[in-house]
Amino acid sequence: MTTTTAIKGIKVKELTKKILNGDQIFILDVRNTGDFDDWKIEGENVHIINKPYFDLIDSLDPIMEQLPNDQPIYVICAKGGSSEFVAEQIAEAGYDHVYSIEGGMKAWSEHLEPIKIGDLTGGGAIHQFVRIGKGCLSYLIESNGEAAIIDAARMIEPYEQFISEHNLQLTHLLDTHLHADHISGGRMLAEKVGGEYHLPPKDADEVTYTYTKLEDGNEIKVGKAVIKAIYSPGHTIGSTSFIVDDQYLLTGDILFIDSIGRPDLAGKAEDWVADLRQTLYDRYKQLTDNLIVLPAHYMGINEMNKDGSVSEELGKLYKENHGLNIKDEIEFRKTVSENLPPQPNAYQEIREMNMGKIHPDLEEQREMEIGPNRCAVR
Amino acid sequence: MDVTKVLDAKGLACPLPIVRTKKAMDELQSGEVLEVQATDKGAKNDLTAWASSGGHELVSDKEENGVFTFYIKKS
Repeated sequence: MTTTTAIKGIKVKELTKKILNGDQIFILDVRNTGDFDDWKIEGENVHIINKPYFDLIDSLDPIMEQLPNDQPIYVICAKGGSSEFVAEQIAEAGYDHVYSIEGGMKAWSEHLEPIKIGDLTGGGAIHQFVRIGKGCLSYLIESNGEAAIIDAARMIEPYEQFISEHNLQLTHLLDTHLHADHISGGRMLAEKVGGEYHLPPKDADEVTYTYTKLEDGNEIKVGKAVIKAIYSPGHTIGSTSFIVDDQYLLTGDILFIDSIGRPDLAGKAEDWVADLRQTLYDRYKQLTDNLIVLPAHYMGINEMNKDGSVSEELGKLYKENHGLNIKDEIEFRKTVSENLPPQPNAYQEIREMNMGKIHPDLEEQREMEIGPNRCAVR
Repeated sequence: MDVTKVLDAKGLACPLPIVRTKKAMDELQSGEVLEVQATDKGAKNDLTAWASSGGHELVSDKEENGVFTFYIKKS
């Protein structure tokens, strides 16, 4: 009864590697069922069950039959306390490989995994930073010792680390639009590491800071690579896409792999539907089919490539993405303005923070970002 | 409302507020009310879910200066 059992901790970075590697993973999520249904760990070979920790205080009986004997058991909760509590009980029941996921869903939500997408013609490369716990994607473009970051996440350390490891000078920070689902790290990086912060002026009416205006046709040089800005409204009135090295199309929250952007997060669904339609059915259509689309989000693991990256050829999306194949304008309007999923957690506060209007502390920022991104409609 | 017992779970992190709440409830009789004070932000969702799964009634709750107070009637 009083034997001490040592349960192990596992960091989300390590867990992410295993998931992207396609390992068989068994996870017991002990948060309350409402939170679990809202947002959970997913992966190709992830088997996850939910039983709130408060149903396991007296005994493990409610889950005993579901626990595997032949593989590790990973336990997760909101912040890491309750998972440790439950993992200890499972270990005491005689299981050998029981892990508590350190920092819980909070840490899961904050982890960024850099994955190389491809090389650039003049040397250098483009990397996707996958925020696997929230489905957010940001990009780092490096060429000839310089770097630019697009749609940076709030956690700036992974970018800083990448920049110092690769001996790069950060010259530009770009946001495709004023984000409503996550806090932008663009300005923070510009202040701390250096570089110019760019934002589309039509999204920046109310911002409280100075920034460089991102206008249609702008060409931003990063070493030998060129980033071309294309005005592509619809998710927001300022939404701007980027063509990088004539190979990659960074679509922001306008076009995803298996869905399209929603026009309502700034309260203007009615006004912006026509813009969204024009961007998707006209502006993008004029671009070459072999551009590789790199979006700012993904919604499910079905959109993920084998290596964990998220990308697809534009031509293929025109064939396969439902949102690009709605012939009737009225039906399109209905799809993107009716029966929308719930809005992202705290999206108004997140917009205000990205405008520089409010300054919540770190703990409040974390709470604001809890949950999935919910920027798309299918 | 007659409060039978008060549980101070301030400063405790998950899962302790609920573990202590459960223990305190075990000592009450049906119909008696437990007052729980907690500061953990996750406490409200979890206490609500825990109470309903056990059939207890969350009679009311309030927040003052970062302290959450819950009144739970034993089933």
